[in-house]
Amino acid sequence: MSITVRNVSKRFGNFAALDRVSVDVPGGSLVALLGPSGSGKTTLLRIIAGLEVADEGEVHCAGEDITRQRPGERNMGFVFQHYALFRHMSVLENVAFALRVRGRPESSIQERVRQLLHLVRLDGLERRYPSQLSGGQRQRVALARALAAEPRVLLLDEPFGALDAKVRQELRQWLRHLHDDIGVTSLFVTHDQEEAFEVADQVVVMQRGRVEQTGTPQEVFEHPANAFVMDFLGNVNVFHGRVQSGRARFGSLAYPCPEYQYEEERSAAVYVRPHELEIDRNATGEGSLPARVQHVIAAGSVAKIQVLVADSGQDLAIEMSRERLAELKLQAGDSVYVFPRRAHVFCGEYCI
Amino acid sequence: MHEFATTLLEPEPVAAHSTGKDHEQALLAKPLAGRAQLRRGAEDPPLVRWALTLTAILILTFLVIIPVANVFAQALIDGPGVYWHNLVADADTRHAIVLTLTVALVAVVLNVIFGVAAARVIARFRFPGRTLLVTLIDIPFSVSPVVAGLCFVLLFGLQGFFGGWLQEHGIKVLFATPGLILATSFVTFPFVARELIPVMEAIGPDEELAALRLGASGWQIFWRVTMPNIKWGLLYGVILCNARAMGEFGAVYVVSGHIAGSTDTMPLRVERLFQESQSAASFAVASVLTLLALVTLALKVGLERQTRRQIEQGSESKFQGEH
Repeated sequence: MSITVRNVSKRFGNFAALDRVSVDVPGGSLVALLGPSGSGKTTLLRIIAGLEVADEGEVHCAGEDITRQRPGERNMGFVFQHYALFRHMSVLENVAFALRVRGRPESSIQERVRQLLHLVRLDGLERRYPSQLSGGQRQRVALARALAAEPRVLLLDEPFGALDAKVRQELRQWLRHLHDDIGVTSLFVTHDQEEAFEVADQVVVMQRGRVEQTGTPQEVFEHPANAFVMDFLGNVNVFHGRVQSGRARFGSLAYPCPEYQYEEERSAAVYVRPHELEIDRNATGEGSLPARVQHVIAAGSVAKIQVLVADSGQDLAIEMSRERLAELKLQAGDSVYVFPRRAHVFCGEYCI
Repeated sequence: MHEFATTLLEPEPVAAHSTGKDHEQALLAKPLAGRAQLRRGAEDPPLVRWALTLTAILILTFLVIIPVANVFAQALIDGPGVYWHNLVADADTRHAIVLTLTVALVAVVLNVIFGVAAARVIARFRFPGRTLLVTLIDIPFSVSPVVAGLCFVLLFGLQGFFGGWLQEHGIKVLFATPGLILATSFVTFPFVARELIPVMEAIGPDEELAALRLGASGWQIFWRVTMPNIKWGLLYGVILCNARAMGEFGAVYVVSGHIAGSTDTMPLRVERLFQESQSAASFAVASVLTLLALVTLALKVGLERQTRRQIEQGSESKFQGEH
């Protein structure tokens, strides 16, 4: 079932946690709310869940206005970052909770709990207590518990935030598969762009209570709407320069940017991702920056090279395949030339 | 006195001041063996340990063990027959025992309701005046019980605020059971609330929010989630509250009017018999009070052991499950 958030605002004292936010979650999709802490993503999730009340705006679920509904009436599954399992109840009792408070017959409850525990791969752990489970197991119990009453929507607040890296990695893929199997509309909050990209169909990038961009992971990564999104989604090199009549100049380089056709010069920031910077031993015709190799990290699936631009003294991070590195035989202290294959130019609104 | 005695009697640091829930967290936080080793490294030299232990035992002997034993010795000085006769033959003494149990029961029930409500409000909500409320709960601990009793006299006495109105409507508060219940409840009301506030704060609101999200109603959340989590803390508070309610003297003395066979509770009865030089009878009643206190203490220790055993069983089954 789809969720539609229309112009929702929420203030805490003087702090605007959400400022006229609109988000669409299509039925059956898995959407990530991505942003740094304080961006309002958790507040938005809690408003959808009914744990907070919006000052303005509306929340619809499958076309029905649920803005004024109490959390219990909304029938949405909610998974907390710290699981919030009932510590005095066994796994079975935890998962059965939503069914028991609804007064379902005990025989059907047992059957449903068994199904759910099979779904989250915790068969045979019915009698355990939360304190006897690992973090990953607890989170899966929390998920089974949230799914028990067949919620219209599943909401997850930083679901893997409290787990260590390896378990987190496994659970991400598992969550993706689970979603493909059961197809319940899901919305999850994360500050980890890798997690959002890996799991979600759609990513909503938020900052300071506003939505900066919405799109598929590829759209958001390839075509960031603004400097914030560009900067937030992974490492980036920033050059400060000027734009005029569709060209950006920085250092001795020029890059076309047809969207900025100003007649007078304006200051601009040019963003280049590490893998979009090219290194060569010789200067190229298009213009390149002379630089010195500072450090080469060859461990890992891609090689990382740090260079120092000769005239500006700026540090740049560059990534290339290990094959390319072997071809160039780069070592610390080598003189090289650097040029961007691709750049994003942003004028004005955002500065680091 | 309670705290002091248990601290000395109970060698394990986690058991001294904490409720069952705290144990659970302390025990689950670290493996037991690691904890014990950590303590051994920080221990005092043997001489200091022996000296401290000996001092503690000496102080306990003189201040606690001898006086308590003496109560029973004095009560039984003329043999068990006389002891029994002292307790049951006198109608006023019988009345005092029943009255004390009644007043304590009502006070405990009132304080459970008040304590759970206050702890919930204080632990779950931030509101103006919250700190003031926390301070107000402590007032009965800092005000002398006699002063507390006088406050009720000023409110409900004939010259007091409600005195006239109460008399017109034929309601007796002072020098009657309602007055005793009021005074006892006042003196004992911090126990349950004080015990529950830290327990509820430690547990946090997450489980209750989760239950709300899962569609439980307010009462369902309270009975199925909040209550099971606080039950040991609550029981602990009830035991302390009950012990104090049965033993209360000062506040009850002021509001009761000390009427034998009507408003005398056990502590008041002890004092009256003592004043009337019926020391064997006085000690007999005192021994019943002491016995009730010892039962309370035993319950408290049993309660702590029970929760600890549950936790140990829980962690054992965890280890079995992993192999």
